[in-house]
Amino acid sequence: MSSGQFDFALAIGGAAGQGIATPGNVLARLFTHRGLRLNAYNAFQSIIRGGHIFLTMRISDQEIYTHGDHLDMLLCLNQDTMTRHLGLMRSGGSVIFDSDKIKPGESPEGVQLCPLPIKALSNKSRNKVIQNTIALGVSTYLMGLDFDALGNSLKLQFGRKGDAVIEENTTAARAGYDYAAEHFEAYPVPVATGPKHLALWTGNEAMAMGGAAAGVKFYTAYPMSPATGVLHWMAQNARELGIMVRQAEDEIAVANMAIGAAHVGARAMCATSGGGFALMTEAIGAAAMMEIPVVFINVQRAGPSTGVPTKTEQGDLWQVLGASQGDFERLIVAPTNALDSFNIIPDLFNLCDRYQCPGIVITDLLIAEGTFSVDPDDLDFQPKIDRGELITSGEGNGEYLRYAITESGVSPRALPGLEGFVHVVATDEHDQDGVLISDEFTNPHKRRRMVEKRARKIANLADQIAPPTLEGAADADVTLIGWGSTYGVIKEAVAQLADKGVTANHLPIRWIVPFHVQAVTDIVNNAKRTIIVENSFSGQFYRYLRSETGLTIDGHIRKYDGEPFMPHHVVDGVLEQLAGKTNHFVPIQEIMV
Amino acid sequence: MDGIDTRQLVLDPQKASDFKGKVDPDWCAGCGDFGVLNSLRKACLELGLKPHEILTISGIGCSSNTPGYFNSYGMHTLHGRSLAVATGAKMANHELTVIVTAGDGDGYGIGGNHFAHTARRNVDLTYIVMDNEIYGLTTGQVSPTSAQDMKTKSTPFGSVEFTFNPVTSAIMNGATFVARGFSSDTKHLSMLMQQAIEHKGFALINVFSPCITFNHDNTVEFFRPRVKRLEDEDHDTSDWKAACEKAMVWDDTIYTGLFLQVQDRPSLDAAEPVLAKGGAISRRSLGLSKEQGEKILSRMM
Repeated sequence: MSSGQFDFALAIGGAAGQGIATPGNVLARLFTHRGLRLNAYNAFQSIIRGGHIFLTMRISDQEIYTHGDHLDMLLCLNQDTMTRHLGLMRSGGSVIFDSDKIKPGESPEGVQLCPLPIKALSNKSRNKVIQNTIALGVSTYLMGLDFDALGNSLKLQFGRKGDAVIEENTTAARAGYDYAAEHFEAYPVPVATGPKHLALWTGNEAMAMGGAAAGVKFYTAYPMSPATGVLHWMAQNARELGIMVRQAEDEIAVANMAIGAAHVGARAMCATSGGGFALMTEAIGAAAMMEIPVVFINVQRAGPSTGVPTKTEQGDLWQVLGASQGDFERLIVAPTNALDSFNIIPDLFNLCDRYQCPGIVITDLLIAEGTFSVDPDDLDFQPKIDRGELITSGEGNGEYLRYAITESGVSPRALPGLEGFVHVVATDEHDQDGVLISDEFTNPHKRRRMVEKRARKIANLADQIAPPTLEGAADADVTLIGWGSTYGVIKEAVAQLADKGVTANHLPIRWIVPFHVQAVTDIVNNAKRTIIVENSFSGQFYRYLRSETGLTIDGHIRKYDGEPFMPHHVVDGVLEQLAGKTNHFVPIQEIMV
Repeated sequence: MDGIDTRQLVLDPQKASDFKGKVDPDWCAGCGDFGVLNSLRKACLELGLKPHEILTISGIGCSSNTPGYFNSYGMHTLHGRSLAVATGAKMANHELTVIVTAGDGDGYGIGGNHFAHTARRNVDLTYIVMDNEIYGLTTGQVSPTSAQDMKTKSTPFGSVEFTFNPVTSAIMNGATFVARGFSSDTKHLSMLMQQAIEHKGFALINVFSPCITFNHDNTVEFFRPRVKRLEDEDHDTSDWKAACEKAMVWDDTIYTGLFLQVQDRPSLDAAEPVLAKGGAISRRSLGLSKEQGEKILSRMM
């Protein structure tokens, strides 16, 4: 990180049901209103009560890409948090806890313990989560903020619950603030401010908004972590934006409903995780065969099978690559952050419409369920919409061929309901007019012609999409290669390596299909030393890279414990490999959640 | 048995030509599905529908080839998935007349989950299931509607499973129009189809459509003396209990006709607020207005 940057990380830990979300939201709003960049990651389990929740929130006055490596402030809502996380504190940090219930452990050097006599401070309130608000008051003081900043955030958070609730929380926060002023040392550098208010969103919301901006009129899903956030946003906004949202009986129905809606002309999208994506698989091939554009989203979680529903992984790459039987045309893209997730959806819809094929977004829990700041000026709610060769009006003469053989392979698509364009689409192999050639009419020449027609559509698509580019010095000692959600962690690792005197650059991959074979080959061939960083055990991306390019790579950094990489994990892996200790590094996850 | 027309082809070929598909059916000679196809052509013709106003959707199986033989917009989709596709299509363009053609394996076996939920949602479509009590296209295996003890290639010693009853199942799942037809009684079947298409909601017509090749138990000769039209009986189509009782009768009498019709439950498109105004969503302009974008952004601030 550059010198002079304000860079601060706090965490709130407790059991599910203890109300971690509320102080998290209050602080997030407070920070983004001050114009601070924010990157938050919530580690939790698939339970509604109990367990352990650990929300990490990093803020800065400059762009940040991960939730960081260390903590400056820890709010312990239970003993577990104290026991597990005290060791992560950076010197100069503070730990806030209810001294009536929680016993502090051995704190690292330079860490201030801030015990709170909650019973006394809460004035015997019966509100079980009032300690959270008191702790917010304490943290506001420690961070060098005026009390009013917190007061305003509390009003925003509790406004809908009425004045009594606002009053109760403001009083509690004030008690905490005043107690801290009397008993604890504030941070020497107060929380910075940025030039303007920033907005807040999650990756799932970003994809949903990207869909709305792209003109999605039909969204369907079956609830599945970590993709459910897309459904929630769509359902909340459906009536206002005129989007048909349907929760289906299973993901088979989801995918097939989307196909039906897309066939009659609606832009249709659906999202799920690996298990649901498995059920969608047959339909993805059907969309390709019938040449119907639909966008499918797979938000990966740790697998296989039910796996670890609330943890992240990049283990579905080959599932997505192999989704559905046969050879067929589809696009696959892996966004690198929330803003990229927002922007990629309209782009993908435009390509799917132009080439009349399914498109798949493969992302993961880290982005989808992460909370991030975003600069409002970076948001384009009116992106370009290109529906390709679509016939939406006029009268046909009855000679229309839905699958007309053309040079480009794209056959103009008429929407059902138009007079004179009546046709049948089929999942069986068919001829130009849609009539089946799969049964008694089988004809090898026709079959070949149709396979080649469909293939022509995207044969040269890679040339029209921006290829991946190398970020950083071209002659770096190490080239780190990642795909999708590892963008941020690799970017920060490169900066940390520079501080340690190691020059590294970064090749982030977004487009999986089409894959930019030549561009990637050139970059890898010119690299001094290559290391792939990926969140999977078997190195799924490495296998894909080899299958597409024949390239071999010098080393690997892999993580598959369910938690995302932190920048220092990548740094450690690079240093070990440069020292010749290994070419396959698996970092140890220090934060036990 | 007066009035039952056992001829396979009853239409004036000229008159019905509007709904004749690009290719002729490849069904076995004597297949019950011919009667279903012809009844459908007749029903659409008599309702004054135009081919471009109809979207016919099927899954996989002998009966699911129907969209290819019927002149309308068509989708020949995956095995068992026709109702899911049809729900998407109907909700994205509720101005289309949606007809789904299926078989007993496709509709009640692999597609059973969608059957229950499409009925429950009361999606406004006509679901014509050609029930031959056998898997025909895969050359004769047991189906959900096969009789208990039936010997097939996959149950060579007789099936031990209980038989699925499409009519009672549809009623229990909340279907608002539940009927049974017989492919050899095309006049009656065509009338049921007209009623079903005009019904605003999920309309099932389970049609006995005998497989001449693989089912030697449930033949035309089996059904012909047994079927009795409910229209000729004193049956109240608003009485679901009576409907279930009549649907369970399976002996010398097997009832056809309209078992149940619920008139006062809105179809899914009518109940969906997004469709209250603005027409079919598939035809609405895409993207967000400046105001909508600003509103979304304000909630993120």
